[in-house]
Amino acid sequence: MVAIKDLPLDEKILKGHAACPGCPITIALRTALKALGEKTILVIPASCSAVVQALYPKTAFNVPTLNIAFEAAASAASGVAAALKALEKKDILPVVWAGDGGSYDIGLQALSGALERGTDFIYVCYNNQMYSNTGIQRSGATPYGAWTTTTWSGKKERQKELAEIVMAHHIPYVATATIAYPTDLYEKMKKAKEMKGPRYIEILAPCPPGWRFDMSKTVEMSRLAVETGAWVLYEMIDGKMEFTGYSKRLLAGKERKPVEEWLKMQGRFRHLTQEDLEKIREIIEAKWDYYKKVYGGN
Amino acid sequence: MIKTALSTPTEGAMGKTGTWRVFRPVIDKEKCIKCWFCWVYCPDAAISRNEYPEVDYDYCKGCGVCANECPVKAIEMRREEK
Amino acid sequence: MIVIDTGNHISALAAKMAKPHVIAAYPITPQTTIVERLAQYVENGEVNAEFIRVESEHSAMAACIGAASVGARTFTATSSHGLLLMHEMLHWAGLARLPIVMVNVNRALGPGWNIWSDLNDSMSQRDTGWIQFYASSVQEAYDNVIQAYKIAENEEVMLPAMVCYDGFILSHTSMPAEIPEQREVDEFLPEYKPAWKMDVEKPATHGNIVPPEYYIHIRYDMHLAMKKAKKVIQEVGEEFGRKFGREYGLIQDYRCDDADYVIVTMSAIAAEGRVAVDNLREKGEKVGLVNLTTFRPFPHEMLRYDKMIVIDRDISPGLGGVVYNEIRGNGSEVYGFMAGLGGMDVNYKDIERIYELAKEGKEGLYPIEVK
Repeated sequence: MVAIKDLPLDEKILKGHAACPGCPITIALRTALKALGEKTILVIPASCSAVVQALYPKTAFNVPTLNIAFEAAASAASGVAAALKALEKKDILPVVWAGDGGSYDIGLQALSGALERGTDFIYVCYNNQMYSNTGIQRSGATPYGAWTTTTWSGKKERQKELAEIVMAHHIPYVATATIAYPTDLYEKMKKAKEMKGPRYIEILAPCPPGWRFDMSKTVEMSRLAVETGAWVLYEMIDGKMEFTGYSKRLLAGKERKPVEEWLKMQGRFRHLTQEDLEKIREIIEAKWDYYKKVYGGN
Repeated sequence: MIKTALSTPTEGAMGKTGTWRVFRPVIDKEKCIKCWFCWVYCPDAAISRNEYPEVDYDYCKGCGVCANECPVKAIEMRREEK
Repeated sequence: MIVIDTGNHISALAAKMAKPHVIAAYPITPQTTIVERLAQYVENGEVNAEFIRVESEHSAMAACIGAASVGARTFTATSSHGLLLMHEMLHWAGLARLPIVMVNVNRALGPGWNIWSDLNDSMSQRDTGWIQFYASSVQEAYDNVIQAYKIAENEEVMLPAMVCYDGFILSHTSMPAEIPEQREVDEFLPEYKPAWKMDVEKPATHGNIVPPEYYIHIRYDMHLAMKKAKKVIQEVGEEFGRKFGREYGLIQDYRCDDADYVIVTMSAIAAEGRVAVDNLREKGEKVGLVNLTTFRPFPHEMLRYDKMIVIDRDISPGLGGVVYNEIRGNGSEVYGFMAGLGGMDVNYKDIERIYELAKEGKEGLYPIEVK
């Protein structure tokens, strides 16, 4: 495992971009691009990332970046991959960098199609658990109980698990990560980069304005998500699952921090009733019971 | 040359985002252990790895993530004067 | 070499001979035999293209855009609802100035399901910035696809182009077509040189936020390019004539020189219209026909005959025929008929009848409401 001090120094995200202060997206993208390098073509659908680039005729991203319509990231990337192959441009990697909106919901069809076709690309979903760019509306990734501008009294449904849906496509690489563990993210990106075929990485990206917490706590928020089990770190390589980092210890039996520690730091959960809290605990409990049953053997 | 929405990578694409700040991070070199957490976590790539971490105040938005993450509390968030 | 085959198979052949790098297409009646034939060509190595079996038409166009943005020549085909599903991405391709070429097999829209010929699908795309050609024979389908690449990829144009023809009437009907040698097509079609592309040597971003004061220039440039396309279409049509013996241009006029009335129509109705014109001429009527082979850019300057009878195989509800509305008001006497909607047959007898009705000063939705 690489150490933080040994991560490459080259910055592909230029200073003076348009992200909110404390934004997790650019924390993740800086690390990701250190692993991916300059032979990358980013495909970015409508999302916060599309806005972070700033305004024409300038851009803050120093890798070729193709912005595309909201639902079309994976299909545009399929076209990029096919063209690179046809034009014999070896070693250039198309990488989708999409939010949960463009992956879980409107972009799900294109994602599924691209995966099933064995498209040679990496699909990264950075998940801030809502439609952040348009002002904090709910998405299929929004967890149970969360306030959003379209779920004022808290979302009544639990979120879907996109990484698990992706696993059902039987692709070579499926991984989850988050910004608090940059070397874990870096290693996963590097591993994915060396593989062929469809590779999927989902990164939890806590959003200060969306989740309602102080902008200095972004990294802490993602760490707590993992420590409470609300987010999990793993990688599945050709169907074989391996948990990583802190999640690996939780799988082996280390006790999860109570989820309330994570929830109480976020304004979006401020209104939770005891019942809601119980429901959230149950969801996390069930998730980890399942993990232990299915993956706990190692 | 046809006209389409093609943009050039530029530092300061959004201007000098340092003007967004209310608080600025001040790094105490005496306490700093050069773990480089501040550097890796900065959302704006505004901390560079010189002999010590150095903040680019032209672009630092003052989010405070660096101060929050520093394991030895070597970074203080100080209110901007003006 | 003369080949006798359906409109679909011949346009698949043209697409193959244009040597696209990437083909992305989704099946829809009556386009399916294009995709199937192309899949065969790819699998038996007759064309060196990557074939993406996308999961929807929206994805087909998005994939073509992705591929074109890296510098690949692309091809797709669709019809009717498939074209509608692509609509967002048609606009995208236009504003991105990517010269994607597509065949659209004209088919009626639903509900209810109607698989027969009707031009509402492509007419509805008239503001997307796509060049539109309409073929009235299998030969024209072939020739239009080849020319479409040359026109679309012209550095002064750089706009996507679609070649349309009637579902079933042309798509599934076998007619003879003179097919040139691959070498001749290679000579006619230079290598695609994109106006911009994703390039790791020179990183750039395409499509980030554009403030209004810049956007206006992007739109205006597109507008000018579409206008310039008129000249390019004529030049390419003439060059095609010199090389392959069949000359093209913005329109095809038939016996219009001394005509009192000129029938203006497209595709299969134009093919039938030529027969009607011959019959009417035999009866002493001074009538001619303009086959509107280019709908976008619209060749207004070539449609200034004193008296015109427009037959639209489309309808803009409340307004009437689209082509009629593009022409009228230019000072000529124009009679507008809509016919063949939803695949209603329009043969030479119908066209002769329409001519008689126009002479009586009538117009309308043929045959149900003409006054």
